[in-house]
Amino acid sequence: MSTTTITRPEKLVGKRIRRREDPRMITGTATYVDDIKLSNMLYAAMVRSPHAAANIRSIDTSKAAALPGVTAVYTGVDLKDVGGVVCGVDLPGLRKPHHTVIATDRVYLVGHTVAVVVASDRYVAADAADLVEVDYDVLQAVADPEKALAPGAPAVHPQWPDNIAFTFEQKGGDVDTAFAQADVICKQRMISQRMVANPMETRGCVASWHAADRAMTFYTSTQIPHLARTILAGMLGLEENRFRLIAPEVGGGFGCKLNVYAEEAIVAFISMKLGRPIKWIESRRENFLTTIQGRGHVDYWEIAAKRDGTIVGIKVKIIQDLGAYHQLLTPAIPTLSVLMMPGLYDAHNIHAEIVGVFTNCVPTDAVRGAGRPEATYGIERMVDILAAELKMDPAEIRFKNFVRPDQFPFATATGLNYDSGDYANTFHKALDMIGYKRLREEQAAARKEGRLVGIGISTYGEICAMGPSPAVAAGGWESATVKVEPSGKVTILTGISPHGQGEETTFAQVAGDELGVPIDDILVLHGDTSIVQYGIGTFGSRGTAVGGTALYLALQDIKEKVVRWGSMLLDSSDVRFDGGHCIDNATGKSVSFQTIAAAAYRAMKIPAHSEPGLVATRFWEPGNFTYPFGAHIIHSEVDRETGQVAIKRYVMVDDIGNILNPMLVDGQLHGGASWGLGQALWEHAIYDDTGQLVTGEFMDYALARARTMPWIESDHTCTPSPVNPLGVKGVGEAGTIGSTPAMVNSVIDALSPLGVTHVDMPLTPEKLWKAINQ
Amino acid sequence: MTQSISVTINGKPYAHEVEPRLLLIHYIREVAGLTGSHIGCETSLCGACTVEVNGRAIKSCTMFAVQADGASVITVEGLAEASGKLHRIQEGFWNEHGLQCGFCTPGMLMVSKQILDRNPSPTEEEIREGLDGNLCRCTGYQHIVKAVQAAAKAGV
Repeated sequence: MSTTTITRPEKLVGKRIRRREDPRMITGTATYVDDIKLSNMLYAAMVRSPHAAANIRSIDTSKAAALPGVTAVYTGVDLKDVGGVVCGVDLPGLRKPHHTVIATDRVYLVGHTVAVVVASDRYVAADAADLVEVDYDVLQAVADPEKALAPGAPAVHPQWPDNIAFTFEQKGGDVDTAFAQADVICKQRMISQRMVANPMETRGCVASWHAADRAMTFYTSTQIPHLARTILAGMLGLEENRFRLIAPEVGGGFGCKLNVYAEEAIVAFISMKLGRPIKWIESRRENFLTTIQGRGHVDYWEIAAKRDGTIVGIKVKIIQDLGAYHQLLTPAIPTLSVLMMPGLYDAHNIHAEIVGVFTNCVPTDAVRGAGRPEATYGIERMVDILAAELKMDPAEIRFKNFVRPDQFPFATATGLNYDSGDYANTFHKALDMIGYKRLREEQAAARKEGRLVGIGISTYGEICAMGPSPAVAAGGWESATVKVEPSGKVTILTGISPHGQGEETTFAQVAGDELGVPIDDILVLHGDTSIVQYGIGTFGSRGTAVGGTALYLALQDIKEKVVRWGSMLLDSSDVRFDGGHCIDNATGKSVSFQTIAAAAYRAMKIPAHSEPGLVATRFWEPGNFTYPFGAHIIHSEVDRETGQVAIKRYVMVDDIGNILNPMLVDGQLHGGASWGLGQALWEHAIYDDTGQLVTGEFMDYALARARTMPWIESDHTCTPSPVNPLGVKGVGEAGTIGSTPAMVNSVIDALSPLGVTHVDMPLTPEKLWKAINQ
Repeated sequence: MTQSISVTINGKPYAHEVEPRLLLIHYIREVAGLTGSHIGCETSLCGACTVEVNGRAIKSCTMFAVQADGASVITVEGLAEASGKLHRIQEGFWNEHGLQCGFCTPGMLMVSKQILDRNPSPTEEEIREGLDGNLCRCTGYQHIVKAVQAAAKAGV
């Protein structure tokens, strides 16, 4: 004990602290799933259907099995006892096709697994896969959701000839009266094309079965270790507590690893069958064909307004391309679009319909933004279309319709409760940054010269921090454990599963501030179900807002315990915990956190109503989503001769509540914007009429590149969220959601002097050249 | 049928009998056991497998191991000094948050090294041109550009 002055450590939250996960990644020593090599390990390769729809007449595995180095070949019959792939969504009347892990009598999409080969190395496995002979009776496929709805279309699943998996309707207010009394109604059909998540690391897993212990050790590149464990154990009939699932370093997820796939169960099954570790690594080509994709909307929007620009009603009919099956969350994704359809606007009358359609394509599911980019694109385009119709400035019409700061918490017509915000303030900041008034003048001058200059605005909102458990399949809470070791070092176990977001750093910042210990004394662990208490995972911009809050609460419990031990050691009832010390308020005497930790484990004497040790676990259930928002503005120019888009300036002002680490926040926003620009300009999973994916490699599917990305000017406003004690909202998807409409609005604005009112994404030079030359 | 090759990787000699079809990236990862370099596409389009062969950045998923016979290869594991002191490019990526999931990073580091080897003070445009063959799905590239700029500055 001492009476020396306590120097409070410098606050960590809010600082641009470089990441603690980086040293292993920049030295090439991080362990991704393909880096795992277990002794006696074999390699699996999937045999996949080249047809989108076909009956399987026969499969001949004899040549493959005879190849030297091949250990086994399995077909669907061998895996008939493995449970089907799980869809966690229930909607009234939802048709759920049984999704066996290997097709037995019929294939439903290109890439459908029909057999699996196991061999001594990956080259031999690939050779053997080519030797499996499958006799197909090719059927007619349908790959376009609107064509699938047409009478006489091929049935994806013969038992449901209309190809409709579900319909869904939601109404708010009185939309019929609103439309009947409106001065103006604008309508537009808009496509949010399928996009491929494309994390740089594909999927992959390693299974290692220990029969004597009835125990599985399973490494897989996932965003949801615990949920994946529960589901896989269920599919395989294994005991969950003996199923250790480890998410090693995960090379990007973006929603496509928020899922449990057939291949994971297949690999686990083989390991059990052969009693040897089995590795399977997805090729990029397989990733394009068989990993879930995002979007896939054809949307019919209508917006009704008064002549002064006041929005009175919004309607949308969503045709959702579901693909051939439901993966974990497939049918739920378009319902998020419905929730988000009013955007930031005070529109009380809404009507939304969804038709979920089966096609012979890979399933759609949650991909960065998941339902919200489609809705935000729709409403932000409709507001621009309305402004053009009314000859209003697109900025002015937005100011006119924003939910006002005094209206929070704001109940939307779709049943949400927006937590906090000042939309006009954020928008003003973005307009000032780009110099909106001057830019419009420059645009007018450029137009006189015949140049196609555009200014595109997106004032977007989103639904983050997923989420309240009733709204999220499998629960939306999160967990954290704080273990203070006897030496005073702190170990945090979080139920989220970061894969690039940087919570090993940001969570240590939070803990460092709360406990007053150096950041280097804190270790954040995640992703191993045998180490970490049950958790939900990382998706839906929830890591910090939900997982961080569970951590914050566990830290408060630790602090309470620390004060109890400190009071005992200082023999005082008037003690505060500050700057890593318990301090007697009367005498100024203090005892350090480290000394207290040692005392708590040595336990020579224990405070009343206490127990030895210094550990706390909390599970936190959020009371609401959070609702980040922002304004993105893009200044672009379209080349008349080539249709090429040049981005001149990109300004974004985002309000994500409090910020733990501004450098990481910028990284999330830049990356998100590369997705949104990709959707607007470049990316498109194109299926032909036979269900073949035409853009199935990086050669044909254009991702953002260093030379195609603009320099982004980013700033923030801050309205802390009242939903959680950290006041944070979430940032993982903001850039993706905000950027797409700003880009498209900019290009359409550029082409508007030519009478162009809409072009569907992606805005490739070819499409724009055609629009210019119509 | 196998062929014998000898390759120097990060200054250390390796000699093996390999199948002629073995890709260099698989040789580096599976035979030499250096798993820092990654496989993102197997078609030379993403650049996660970029290593330096005889002083030139190449995509090791589209080169056979036998083609590297007698060559000197540098991978991400060879960037830092033996003492553990990081290369200025590694420092740049760390300080400027030039990585998120880290999967493209080894390739990005190697290609960044080549950019600066060829041009010690590149413009933003030149950096972007140099990075254009390597894909990153996390960062939007801005912090990678800043990382290369920081490394360039540290080298002056």
